[in-house]
Amino acid sequence: MEKIPILKMGRFLLVTIQVDMHDQLAMQLQEDLTDRIVAVRARGVLIDISSLEVVDSFIGRMISNIAAMARVLDAETVVVGIQPAVAITLVELGLSLEGVRTALNVDRGMAMLQQQLAAEQG
Amino acid sequence: MAVVHRSVLPIRSQEDIVRVRKATRESAVVQGFSLVEQTKIVTAASEIARNTLDYGGGGEVEVTLFSEPPRRGVRLVFSDKGPGIADIEQALKDGFTSGSGLGLGLSGAKRLSNEFSLQSKVGEGTQVTIARWR
Ligand SMILES: Nc1ncnc2c1ncn2[C@@H]1O[C@H](COP(=O)(O)OP(=O)(O)O)[C@@H](O)[C@H]1O
Ligand SMILES: [Mg+2]
Repeated sequence: MEKIPILKMGRFLLVTIQVDMHDQLAMQLQEDLTDRIVAVRARGVLIDISSLEVVDSFIGRMISNIAAMARVLDAETVVVGIQPAVAITLVELGLSLEGVRTALNVDRGMAMLQQQLAAEQG
Repeated sequence: MAVVHRSVLPIRSQEDIVRVRKATRESAVVQGFSLVEQTKIVTAASEIARNTLDYGGGGEVEVTLFSEPPRRGVRLVFSDKGPGIADIEQALKDGFTSGSGLGLGLSGAKRLSNEFSLQSKVGEGTQVTIARWR
């Protein structure tokens, strides 16, 4: 079965969504991510959606669910690389991605997570 | 209305939803839509196709490329023979879902389209039409 790879980068996990997601893959990803967050005690999750040309409410719900679940496990979620046309469309669709932070690209997202971690550790 | 091209696609599986998105994208490109316009109609199509599958128990979509000078656009008619919608007004409200969705499919697709209509009869099925033009 196809799977979405989860990469470990220090205390963070990077997920790059490249395929057209369907239910099963989305459920699998949520499960795998939960396991990995716990296993590596990750403090942040970066979800790279730069190759998605469409984000509908199904994908939006999946992203919100991941963020909510990560928060419970003490990890922050940052969605990176939303294409401008997708961002514009999301607003009109009415999807607010509440509680999900966004960054331009993986580097900036990573910097965002690192800053937060540093601030917490004082 | 001059019909430039018309085709019918089945909506019976998740893969079919992917194919509907693809066909909508291609149609929008042929009609000269900008990237943002393409993304809007493809997103709307994705929402309605998923409803056809999840709530309508499957069905089909008729994709029409039309030219009504000075307009050129894409019209999609989704139909299913599912349970139908008892309270259409409620179904069209932002946030209403009878399942586990976000309840943004119908209302969002309406906002993303230039034309939107919904016909439904309990026990007979549902037909949703969306169109966008430039
Ligand atoms: N083709 C359909 N057949 C029957 N009911 C439908 C159909 N499409 C939509 N509905 C009803 O309208 C509601 C709202 O749909 P939608 O706005 O797409 O939100 P969601 O898919 O998140 O539930 C659905 O929960 C369902 O009850
Ligand atoms: Mg829906």
